[in-house]
Amino acid sequence: MAKELIHMSHISKSYDGTLVLDDLELRIKENEFLTLLGPSGCGKTTTLRLLGGFELPDSGQVFFDGSDITSLPPNERKLNTVFQKYALFSHMSIAENIAFGLKISKKSKSYIDSKIKYALKLVNLDGYEKRSVDSLSGGQQQRIAIARAIVNEPKVLLLDEPLGALDLKLRQDMQYELIRLKEELGITFVYVTHDQEEALTMSDSIVVMNQGYIQQIGTPEDIYNEPCNAFVADFIGDSNIIDGIMIEDKLVEILGVKIPCVDTGFGQRQPVDVVIRPEDVELSDPPDGFMEGNVASIIFKGVHYEIEVHANGYDWLVHTTKMFPVGTHVGLSVIPFNIQIMNKPESSDEKAVETGDY
Amino acid sequence: MTTKWKRQLLAGPYIIWMIGFILLPILMILFYGMTDSSGSFTLHHMIAIAEPIHRKALLLSLKLALICTGICLLLSYPLAMILNGMHLKRQSFVVFIFVLPMWMNFMLRILAWQLLLSNNGIFNTLLDSLGLPKLQLLNTPSAVVFGMVYDFLPFMILPIYNAMSRIGRDIIDAARDLGANSLQVFVKIILPLTVTGVLSGIVMVFVPALTSFVISDLLGGGKVLLIGNVIEQEFMQSMDWNMGSGLSIVLMGFVIASMAFMNVRGADGEGTAVW
Repeated sequence: MAKELIHMSHISKSYDGTLVLDDLELRIKENEFLTLLGPSGCGKTTTLRLLGGFELPDSGQVFFDGSDITSLPPNERKLNTVFQKYALFSHMSIAENIAFGLKISKKSKSYIDSKIKYALKLVNLDGYEKRSVDSLSGGQQQRIAIARAIVNEPKVLLLDEPLGALDLKLRQDMQYELIRLKEELGITFVYVTHDQEEALTMSDSIVVMNQGYIQQIGTPEDIYNEPCNAFVADFIGDSNIIDGIMIEDKLVEILGVKIPCVDTGFGQRQPVDVVIRPEDVELSDPPDGFMEGNVASIIFKGVHYEIEVHANGYDWLVHTTKMFPVGTHVGLSVIPFNIQIMNKPESSDEKAVETGDY
Repeated sequence: MTTKWKRQLLAGPYIIWMIGFILLPILMILFYGMTDSSGSFTLHHMIAIAEPIHRKALLLSLKLALICTGICLLLSYPLAMILNGMHLKRQSFVVFIFVLPMWMNFMLRILAWQLLLSNNGIFNTLLDSLGLPKLQLLNTPSAVVFGMVYDFLPFMILPIYNAMSRIGRDIIDAARDLGANSLQVFVKIILPLTVTGVLSGIVMVFVPALTSFVISDLLGGGKVLLIGNVIEQEFMQSMDWNMGSGLSIVLMGFVIASMAFMNVRGADGEGTAVW
């Protein structure tokens, strides 16, 4: 078990009367790639800025390696940040940009020179020392921003949607670069994004946030396969989220049909949310399956077809590699293991799980 | 080809304006400045700048213009910083306040200051009522510098403020993040990134201050003789167009030299090219 490096304790923060973070509790382990994931306005960037020292919390404390750093200014923290818009210094060359932090901490010239070389090699931009910032592409500028941060050997690298401004192909390449970097450097990454695919690809653990609350913390597999509420299920990938009633252990009723599942302990006749991933729905010829319906639309997506099936008053989203023409009468089935049962939101905290407002 | 020609036609009025009101007058000044009353070539009128009275006026002009530029810079830089730190809505309001006087006639504003600074003006009345001795405010070099600073201050504030507001918050954050304290952020980031604004501010204040003659006329009361006043008198009173033009050429040389100096210094920045 890795050592705990950062602990954010009972953090609240509001801007102009709007609560952005409410009693946030977050622990980050050493050497972890942690992603803060959520729609815009969910408080993920504020969380990062609190870690970087750019904002003060209204209440609560931030601990780093056991000591309270809540009111420590950014220049005295052992963290470095990679900003969304790179924030390179346009009046300096690439080498001067990278050397900025080292010069301030009064390192020797030979040390700085070797660090610049090392960092440029690490981000695959050897020989760019003399170039000007403006002569680089977006992807290159972002890599310089990363190089500028890591030469200071921070214990934690904070990344604020660093790939947001790049195109898809470059973004995917950079995702692999970041994973490689993290492994080479062996430091903690705290990564902010609203892109669920990015989060699933890179993270050791994901913190899903919405409206200032943490919805779920877990590994990418946990978050995807066992979403704890409808918001997480909906935000991470596509989902069929259906109102259901838990009849008894291992039996749930949705859309008037009783189907077997594997969940227990919800009590009897409890209203629940039922989540079924589109790739887990199987289509077959009737009368196979627990429900019958008609194909309403079909879109080719490359790897699979995205099919909408109208059945029992609900539009099911189905991903399948088989082709079903519009109008086909089909049967739907799901194996019990792939049915996720979740409690309905109750307390005011959980209002934030309501979907569709991002 | 024809469409290109037609489009160029749109620039016609402007070209006529440039030829008629900029190019021709300059050529006329060059001609008058380099000839005598009979029309034969001479450099006498340009060399006349070395005469004691002309030299004294030019040196005083340079001195007052430098002082004025210095004061404007000292006032503007902190002001621009304060302005830049304000809430956005308040920022545009304060900028509006600074620009507001520029919408009033320049002569009117200077005439108002003439009244305010006079022996029976508001300042001396105030001093008098406090039992203090009256001060000679009007008709001094200080009054002229004051007038210039008052008049040209916005031309210094705006370019500096513009350069400053272009520095994103994340640039400052990044510098802080990399370990810079407030002083280091200022010296290594804010100052270098606002140099272009400072340079264009200096040109925009120094050049009109160097060539001004109305302010010295009204607030200097004829006692503060600047090179602009000398040239004006040569044209209007002595009716010696050759002498006036000759001195103008020399002054133009100083203006161009100061602009070129600033341009070279700020060559790698954007938006400094004033010519």
